Amino acid sequence: MTDEPADNDIPGASRRTFLKGGAALGAGALAGAAARAESPDPLITEVQDWATSFGEAVDATPYGMPIHFESHVVRRNVEWLTESPVSSINFTPIHALEGTITPQGCAFERHHSGAIELSKADYRLMINGLVDRPLVFTFEDLMRFPRASLVAFCECAANGGMEWGGAQLEGCQFTQGMIHNMEYVGVPLRLLLAEAGVQPEGKWIYAEGADASSNGRSIPMEKAMDDVMVAFYANGEALRKEHGYPARLVVPGWEGNMWVKWLRRIGVYDQAVESREETSKYTDLMPDGRARKWTWVMDAKSVITSPSPQAPVRHGKGPLVITGLAWSGHGKVARVDVSLDGGRNWQEARITGEAKPKALTRFHLDIDWDGSELLLQSRAVDETGYVQPTKDALRAIRGLNNVYHNNGIQTWWLKPDGEVENVEVA
Amino acid sequence: MSRLPERLAAAALAGGLMAGPALAEGLGLGRPALPEEIAAWDVAVLPDGTGLPEGSGDVLTGEEVFADKCASCHGEFAEGLDSWPVLAGGEGTLTDRRPVKTIGSYWPHLSTVWDYVHRSMPFGAAQTVSVDEAYAITAFLLYSNGLVEDDFVLTRANFTEVALPNAEGFYSDDRAETEYPLFSAAPCMADCGPEVKVTKRAVELNVTPEDPDGRPAGTLPALTTTAAAVPAEAATVEAAAEDPAAEVAGEPAAADPALVEAGEKVFKKCAACHKVGEGAKNGTGPHLNGVLGRTAGTLEGFRYSKAMAEAGAGGLTWDEAALKAYLENPKAFVKGTKMTFAGLKSEEDRAAIIAYLATLAP
Repeated sequence: MTDEPADNDIPGASRRTFLKGGAALGAGALAGAAARAESPDPLITEVQDWATSFGEAVDATPYGMPIHFESHVVRRNVEWLTESPVSSINFTPIHALEGTITPQGCAFERHHSGAIELSKADYRLMINGLVDRPLVFTFEDLMRFPRASLVAFCECAANGGMEWGGAQLEGCQFTQGMIHNMEYVGVPLRLLLAEAGVQPEGKWIYAEGADASSNGRSIPMEKAMDDVMVAFYANGEALRKEHGYPARLVVPGWEGNMWVKWLRRIGVYDQAVESREETSKYTDLMPDGRARKWTWVMDAKSVITSPSPQAPVRHGKGPLVITGLAWSGHGKVARVDVSLDGGRNWQEARITGEAKPKALTRFHLDIDWDGSELLLQSRAVDETGYVQPTKDALRAIRGLNNVYHNNGIQTWWLKPDGEVENVEVA
Repeated sequence: MSRLPERLAAAALAGGLMAGPALAEGLGLGRPALPEEIAAWDVAVLPDGTGLPEGSGDVLTGEEVFADKCASCHGEFAEGLDSWPVLAGGEGTLTDRRPVKTIGSYWPHLSTVWDYVHRSMPFGAAQTVSVDEAYAITAFLLYSNGLVEDDFVLTRANFTEVALPNAEGFYSDDRAETEYPLFSAAPCMADCGPEVKVTKRAVELNVTPEDPDGRPAGTLPALTTTAAAVPAEAATVEAAAEDPAAEVAGEPAAADPALVEAGEKVFKKCAACHKVGEGAKNGTGPHLNGVLGRTAGTLEGFRYSKAMAEAGAGGLTWDEAALKAYLENPKAFVKGTKMTFAGLKSEEDRAAIIAYLATLAP
């Protein structure tokens, strides 16, 4: 497969021709009239089935799925991106979610050789290399270490990569959806390393998965000893298969490729392994033909999740909730600004709930939409003072051959009929 | 990151030390890793040659092994078929608008090639390349990139003498110096520039997955839509599943549902290259809809190996017996087939997969 998102100028791509927005236009025309009912609402005046007979009994679904009315809220992939679905990626439906926690069942997946089934009984974790005591842990061993908990976003370095050359995909699920945010419980990696006894010359760890790709990444010891975790639980339950059951690495603030799933080995080395995933891939080709490596941290970023192309405004003018997500691999989100005019004027949005470090942060801005077209943007500022740049500001430095780490400002064009398009402005 | 987990951990460790047996070196959990276990799992090879086992391989052997195990995706000359990675060429393209990032043009370390080939390839049959084969494939890839002559033999001894052309082409993350200062000024809040216009529209590319109504896939339904109309997607799926024609077409006899189900699982080994189901197209391998009863090497639009085309012309038809023999040992049954799959050793697996394939209508 290839990790490189395709260019903007796809051969054979043609102008989209579908008919848009009949329903939304109708809704727009009705706006204002909705405040007064012309006749009694039968949903109120007539006794409905659900108000007179039984609903489903307990245990109808011992482990429940979302109600079928929400069946559109699912992970989706873009088939032309990759050659094989077992070495591919899909996208979190962030346009349809609220709050900050991503349910595991719709959190994006990235596999390099498919999601494997590895039981707790068959699970082993080895720590070897420059350690005093090379060790093997069973899952039961791991469950006896002191646990910690943290909330962290996991963002693929390629999130937004398809947009380097220009606006390409219609919807934040596709443009910013290689991200999820979960509450993890597990063992701080430093406790496991201490158990093995890292020798003074051990400056790096190399984390490897048990799947056929054995995706491996080198992590400097300082980070490994700081906030890296071997996690077993996410959002209160065991990790799902596709998220690395029974154990994965959590590397807060750093690119998702390093969050090795089905973790089976931690090697301690005096140098980086320079594996395929940290040389051929996940490096950033710059305009002079050289490449940045070890670009681990995910810089501050934000996106308006609604309205967005998959979340058009169907209710017409008047009160409109603008909401989105902001995050930074360097710490907390300090502020999020929203522009309605493509970046000329900005106002501060409301951060809803707690802004946690290296975790998704929810923002809202409630406006009275006059029905005119808007060019919506959001801009995150993190606690280091870093201000999310425009895409053009990034391109001025990095050129057009970057793939990863596109944290540029996203523009949505909200049109008078309520439809929303992914655009770029200048 | 908050310091809380650290404090917790420190407290926990201290507590463990006091309450438990005297364990000066942690909690005493886990057991020593045996040398055989370390040898089995620690196969990483580092840029300075650390981890490289004894062995050797030459270019010509590498060419044969590559043709056998790698060429079905990467092409016989490592040029990359379809969108599979290109491994050779691309020299001098790194500043082009479309850089070709290959082992010769981009990769900094030869160790990465050896390590990845040995550890993670071939795709779908990882860890089946022997040490000497890994040396040989690596030697061939050096040759195909014009970096060695055809009589070159790669060994553990001369491995670190080979420098890749782009070895000096990488530098450590410098965003803290080159970007963060530029992006850390207090941001403008009002009248930040002239009025802007839309310069690019994603809709003009028309590459977004779509729902049946032409909207971007996953578009939220109108909140005023009646409940019955919402789960259209689910209804379609159910209808398809209930359509008996779709299920049994092409099935010669009543199939054992358990066997078919088992076969569908086994088929995961094949699914990376062979597409099935409605609208399946040829991929790295031909699509397998209606494969039972098909004459070998005849599916339109697929570039078969010469051997497979000839086998079909000679009358080979994919009946149950032929498929069984082919799946047991593809390269023995059709010598010269492009299919890199090693084969299904288990007779049960072969029977199951054939039962599954029989359910796939042409």
